[in-house]
Amino acid sequence: MAELTYRDAVAAAIAQEMERDENVVFLGEDIGGAGGVFKATVGLLERFGPTRVRDTPISEMAILGAAMGAAMTGLRPIAEIMFSDFLAVCWDMPANQMAKTRYMSGGQITLPLVVRTANGGGLRFGAQHSQAVENWAMAVPGLKVVAPSSAADVKGLLAAAIRDPDPVIFFEAKELYPLKGEVPDGEHVDRLGTAKVLRAGKDCTILALAAMVSRALEAAERLAREGIDATVVDIRSLVPLDTQTILRETIATGRLYTVEENPRLCGWGAEIASIVAEEAFWDLDAPIVRITTPHAPLPAADVLEDGARPSVERIVNTVRTTLG
Amino acid sequence: MNVALYELMYRLRVFEKRAYDLFLQNLVKGTSHLALGQEAVAAGFASAMRHDDWTFCTYRGHDHTLARGASMTGCMAELLGRANGVLTGKGGSMHLGAADKHAMGSYAIVGAHMCIALGAGWTAQYKATQQVAVCFFGDGTTNIGAFHEALNMAAVWKLPVVFVCENNMYMEYTPIGSVTAVKRPAADRAAAYGLEAIVIDGNDADACYSTALTAYERARRGEGPSLIEALTYRQGGHSRADPAKYRPDAEVEAWMKRDPVPAYRARLLAGGVEDSALAAIEAAAQAEIDAATEAAKNGPLPSLDEIEKDTWADGTSTWRN
Repeated sequence: MAELTYRDAVAAAIAQEMERDENVVFLGEDIGGAGGVFKATVGLLERFGPTRVRDTPISEMAILGAAMGAAMTGLRPIAEIMFSDFLAVCWDMPANQMAKTRYMSGGQITLPLVVRTANGGGLRFGAQHSQAVENWAMAVPGLKVVAPSSAADVKGLLAAAIRDPDPVIFFEAKELYPLKGEVPDGEHVDRLGTAKVLRAGKDCTILALAAMVSRALEAAERLAREGIDATVVDIRSLVPLDTQTILRETIATGRLYTVEENPRLCGWGAEIASIVAEEAFWDLDAPIVRITTPHAPLPAADVLEDGARPSVERIVNTVRTTLG
Repeated sequence: MNVALYELMYRLRVFEKRAYDLFLQNLVKGTSHLALGQEAVAAGFASAMRHDDWTFCTYRGHDHTLARGASMTGCMAELLGRANGVLTGKGGSMHLGAADKHAMGSYAIVGAHMCIALGAGWTAQYKATQQVAVCFFGDGTTNIGAFHEALNMAAVWKLPVVFVCENNMYMEYTPIGSVTAVKRPAADRAAAYGLEAIVIDGNDADACYSTALTAYERARRGEGPSLIEALTYRQGGHSRADPAKYRPDAEVEAWMKRDPVPAYRARLLAGGVEDSALAAIEAAAQAEIDAATEAAKNGPLPSLDEIEKDTWADGTSTWRN
């Protein structure tokens, strides 16, 4: 096992897949010469050359369009949208084009492509560079949605996304880029659509995603010291969604919490709450509780941003007061 | 000058006329955007393609799809929402395509496919296949941001993409000149991308053919994209719902005199082609569209199972386990 940062795992996954399959190509703003604004793609241009690793103008429609056209004609492109907020300037591509073309063509056209993007808050960038927008993509039929919480998952799930035959939006938590973690040696490929139980408890079940996972785990450790034993599940993939694991772990404790960085309305936890309410209502011992960012834009000042996003303290307090 | 070009134009003409008739009978639901009057562009540019070049077109895409060899039956059945439609009934008029003929689809959000065509050009360039991506769009598309993004990136990357603006003078219901800062919506912008300003008579099939060949050859030589503005005229309204009353009578009359299909017929006759040979082509096209109409009308309705098929490559729409 090697120790890699979350950002190094991005480059490691792309390099692994480019080495394996010459159809894998990569494009985006500042991804090549600059190695990415988050330094997540350092070394790829030097290693694979400028026809496979291509710097683009600030042209998000062209970036995603080129990725889509390349995928339709035999390549397996990876496109970077520097900040997930920028998906809004080219949303036509994922929402209208990539997601629907296979369906509308009666299955004639296949779109094996990945859109990587830096998502979420934590860097005090303000409301246009900090949103957690994974729920936008989750709402579009035809897009797979992945959001890893660790370096190992970045490598394994990004590799799986690249090999997947459908469009995958891959949300990297920008707060986690410096995070270090053990990554399996050699080829590492995970499976989309699988949640992971990271901590087994008996009193309640906390579901979390991406940057919220480590907070949920820390909260669980603090709660344990108070005698509350929580299960923590890393959702990892919103589409496909591992409802079997979610339902099983919810039924086991009878109490469900979600920890979501997305704003309150229509967050991923709302869909899961609905599924659990429909399919496991009689196994619940208490109402489902969602811990989210409020339904407001994300503020820039550190104290405000920290107050808005679900914190370890908020998770601990919420669980403690509702479980009592 | 060649008879095959006339044959193709004539087939496109009978298809669009029949599609219009079937609207009037309420057999074609929804909307549809006909290209009556624009056949020379579709026929000229498609005839100059290699079989493996890619076509990307807009929701006014029946002609461009048929011109690559998609079957009349498959296209008409698609318009009628039948299971034997070329897209199994799930795309409809605005998304017509035939990937096996390298007709990569009709795109109904203005401008998007100009960016998508870049990617096909990238594939050809990366794999050194000398294929060309040909992207057709209307004059209205020149005012959306994707036009600029696509042309700039195509030029910077020297991609083998040929952009063909079918300037039919109207952006939906609005004269293009009244919403555009320059006189020639595509050509006057070419300089911004280091490209030559090319304007051709889009009602002259021979001019379309020869311009296409030149642009495709340039692309195959690795010299990058071209932007061509083909002047033509939409003989009908924007879509099914539009009687196009906003157009001056004299303008319509003048352009009807320049109808590309009879014009090309006259050119062939003047060049010594026998009238009987052309009459035979016309009769065959009529027979083909009649048969296609019958096959489409008699086609089975799509099974309701289709609703949740083919969202994903595994054939399903499954989003959970």
